[in-house]
Amino acid sequence: MKIALIALSAALVVGAGAVSISAVSTAQQVSKAAPAVVDAYVEATFKGASDTWKGRIKQDETQRACSENKNELSTAEFQKVLAREKASVVFPADGKVIGNWKEGAKIAQNGRGGQFSDPPDTVGGGNCYACHQLSKAELSFGTMGPSLNEYGKIRRFREDEAKAAYAKIYNAQSVMPCSNMPRFGLTKALSEQQIKDVVSYLFDPESPVNK
Amino acid sequence: MLGALQVKLVGIGLACLLALAVSTGKGAAQATDSEKEIERYREMISDPMSNPGFLNVDRGEALWKLARGTKNVSLEQCDLGEGAGKLDGAYAKLPRYFKDADKVMDVEQRLAWCMQNLQGLDTKDVFARRFGAPGRTSDMEDLVAFIANKSSGMKLATPVQHAKEQEMYAVGKAMFFRRGGTWDFACSTCHSEDGKRIRLQGLPNLSKPDKQVQETMGSWPTYRVSQSQVRTMQHRLWDCYRQMRWPSPDYLSDGLTALTVYLNKNAEGAQIQVPSIKR
Ligand code: HEC
Ligand code: HEC
Repeated sequence: MKIALIALSAALVVGAGAVSISAVSTAQQVSKAAPAVVDAYVEATFKGASDTWKGRIKQDETQRACSENKNELSTAEFQKVLAREKASVVFPADGKVIGNWKEGAKIAQNGRGGQFSDPPDTVGGGNCYACHQLSKAELSFGTMGPSLNEYGKIRRFREDEAKAAYAKIYNAQSVMPCSNMPRFGLTKALSEQQIKDVVSYLFDPESPVNK
Repeated sequence: MLGALQVKLVGIGLACLLALAVSTGKGAAQATDSEKEIERYREMISDPMSNPGFLNVDRGEALWKLARGTKNVSLEQCDLGEGAGKLDGAYAKLPRYFKDADKVMDVEQRLAWCMQNLQGLDTKDVFARRFGAPGRTSDMEDLVAFIANKSSGMKLATPVQHAKEQEMYAVGKAMFFRRGGTWDFACSTCHSEDGKRIRLQGLPNLSKPDKQVQETMGSWPTYRVSQSQVRTMQHRLWDCYRQMRWPSPDYLSDGLTALTVYLNKNAEGAQIQVPSIKR
């Protein structure tokens, strides 16, 4: 039933044609809001939140640069962000980036954690499937990011590639400034162990990602 | 207020909706079939017997006419922008600048203002019930359904003229692209590219004026089947901020109105048909 309803709403999006497009006065010039004005609005919008929550939406320099440039940085700014984010990546002390792919599979599926509706002790996931295809068997995947199917296999299960994937997941912007992918390690959305498990999900030959 | 007959009719309507959903699922392979279903669905949206959102419209009308507050008057003299008590087309031009409050207000901010200033109503309870739940109706959702329905068939024309409206638009745009929180999300993360989806859920691109944003903004408030409630834009934005891992935004805060101004401006000229029905 639920699937049928989703199909219905999807069909609607495609089919609804009762809308007229008017390109009229949208080109009207409205000047850009001063950053201080925007900050004041944002602050007022979340006035009721706790200090912990408020702290989470204080922008860092990278978020600020990406927001103000709609994710398209000048070359100089791009290099600056890249260097800063690269420097933030912390690899496991023993240099080993491989964990347990079965745990990684759960983390890739799990979209819980970090929302104001979640109980504070919720163990959060990476919600990789929200944006990526991974295992062929999972049909419910998003398309905001590229398919990661056979990710390790394509890379011949190489250790340096697994390390690069660890860095990518730890901080996506250490590879690609202003990426839409969350910086899971930097913001502690995922723990070191969780990132290792997810890397294994991508790189273990037994993982369904590589089947 | 709610006749037993009406409730029964809505019950039948819901059954139809579910039956329709099932048959659409089966016929999805055949384009002509699903086109017919979409046509039927469109008719159903505006049919008070099939769309449970019309229960809210009826309740909203009763609330509009109900005398309450310290002044014991109804909302019938509330000015939603087109003059005191004028409802036709008012929602199509909201949010907008109101001189008496010296502020740009969306429909819910304005309703709250009228409750407080016109009726002398203590809005604490109204705000506590801002989002309805099974067994708990929301005056705001009911009133918005009623008021918005009076603009059905009209075109969305949120003004961006007054200096404060222009400020709202500019701030709304900046907030739309503002990244933050532990997942670095902005509205634009999910709503600024065509044809993307999160899991299986299609994401409308709301960042530029075109059909997608028109279809979106012209169809709120909506009866959400998954929640069995009529929802307003205040609720939708609250829910998106939840998904963004941002804190819960304050109800009726100006930032939400700014976002609505930005989105409505992108959706200018949209055909309003509300309350609609959505997933
Ligand atoms: C909100 C969306 C989003 C989420 C959630 C997300 N990603 Fe991504 N990911 C992207 C986007 C967009 C890209 C492409 C741009 C880039 O490379 O940063 C990407 C790129 C990648 C790449 C690099 C692909 C390549 O070309 O080599 C890897 C690896 C990756 N993601 C893994 C993950 C894993 C593992 C998770 C979950 C722990 C995850 N992603 C969660 C959006 C997301
Ligand atoms: C993490 C992803 C994500 C982010 C970030 C996000 N949204 Fe959404 N948004 C969604 C999803 C999923 C839906 C539901 C689509 C559906 O049910 O059809 C949605 C729906 C909407 C809708 C209604 C669409 C419709 O067809 O009726 C609006 C309007 C909207 N979002 C605006 C925003 C705004 C404004 C922001 C920022 C404050 C935002 N969204 C941030 C995922 C997101």
